[in-house]
Amino acid sequence: MPIFFETRQIVTPGDLIAEGEYIAGENTYKENEKIYASRLGLVDTENKKVSVVALKAFYIPKAGDIVIGTVAEVGFNGWTVDINAPYPAILRAGDVLGRPFRPQEDDLSQVLDMRDLIVAKVASYDRTHDPQLTVGEPGLGKITRGQILKITPTKIPRVIGRKGSMVSMIKQETGCNIILGLNGVILVTGKTLESEQLALMAIHKIDEESHTSGLTDRVTQMLKEEKAKMEENKNE
Amino acid sequence: MNDKPEKLIDKKGVRLDGRKPDELRPIKIDVGVLSNADGSAYIEHGKNKILAGAYGPREVHPKHLALQDRMLLRCRYHMAPFSVQERKSPAPSRREVELSKVIRESLEPSIFMEYYPRTALDVFVEVLQADGGTRCASITAAALAVADAGIPMRDIVVACAAGKVEDTIVLDLMDEEDKLGSADVPLALMPNLNAVTLLQMDGILTVEEFEQAVNLAIEGCKKISAIQKETLKAKYVDVKEVEE
Repeated sequence: MPIFFETRQIVTPGDLIAEGEYIAGENTYKENEKIYASRLGLVDTENKKVSVVALKAFYIPKAGDIVIGTVAEVGFNGWTVDINAPYPAILRAGDVLGRPFRPQEDDLSQVLDMRDLIVAKVASYDRTHDPQLTVGEPGLGKITRGQILKITPTKIPRVIGRKGSMVSMIKQETGCNIILGLNGVILVTGKTLESEQLALMAIHKIDEESHTSGLTDRVTQMLKEEKAKMEENKNE
Repeated sequence: MNDKPEKLIDKKGVRLDGRKPDELRPIKIDVGVLSNADGSAYIEHGKNKILAGAYGPREVHPKHLALQDRMLLRCRYHMAPFSVQERKSPAPSRREVELSKVIRESLEPSIFMEYYPRTALDVFVEVLQADGGTRCASITAAALAVADAGIPMRDIVVACAAGKVEDTIVLDLMDEEDKLGSADVPLALMPNLNAVTLLQMDGILTVEEFEQAVNLAIEGCKKISAIQKETLKAKYVDVKEVEE
């Protein structure tokens, strides 16, 4: 039962990673007791599970995911939302209004118009139906302030860090609130423009150096240095 | 250009461009060359210059084309008007429609189409300069563009041709050999799975010659595949170096 690649080694689609009694994890497939890679990425082994951390992928909705989307179309009884996925997401009017939708009285474009940004949760999705969103929970709904950043969806776990260490560190250092959409869209809201920019800079750095180790420490250091610089500028 | 060479292959077995019968043309590949595409690749295979872009998976337009159980793969092979000596009309010709289908069918088995129903994957192949064997070079570039787009695949398809020129079986025919030679066998392969996804033959070969040509083409495919994979990894190699 050999493994042909070491952990964190780069593989391309079709590379034979392991043979024998292993479990095929993410971005791999099993055929005749052999596990092959199905995406370009880095090998990751955990007990008997062999998976590949993709270097490039796209977002596929999953029920329960928090996502950030753009209203693409105002329909007759709801909205179509672009959530950066191959499928358009549907948001029903009743869900946003919190009461049954009355087509005679309610003007949907007054509630959410085209190009409005929303934080939403994927209520349901399967391969036969387009994803449906909900905003009926605290913290969800229309975005009124803050800044948006888009990164590769596969890198969101890196921004979160181990048990949320990375994102809570950035929140603490910059004093910003950060909402991570699992579809690769990030919302940063802070008290000042500077603090928002600082947080964006940190996330940008994580996006670019996502496959390096000891990143949390380096991001912390960068934030501290930048903050010191800002203080200096203020004092001058 | 119109004066025909007397011999396509000399007594020592050297071809017009100085290659041995089992030698490939020089190949250069690049990935991620188009920023608006989800995945892209550029290949220089001898004098061929081909650009490929992959878009998707995305919503299908027009909607009625969507498939309920799998992804829709659409390919467009197109030759630029300036890609050949005489101006080529930019309208799709019979040959281009056929090659689009051939490229689509050679990529289809390598992609996990059933993962993303009701979506489309569009692959555009643009031949900027043609010099024989464009279908093979196009498949090589298109497969790489799809892999670069992050689409789950069984293997990266690679293609290469072999043929018969003056009673010798040769690898990777160029334009003159293709036109004046007696047979051409393009072949696309999933190298790790050892599965053929495209096999065509133009001309006449005996069974023995055909087998010889197929084996030669498979060897050629494997050599190109190594370059293909190296290029794809090289896009992220700087990432790897920082890590170590």
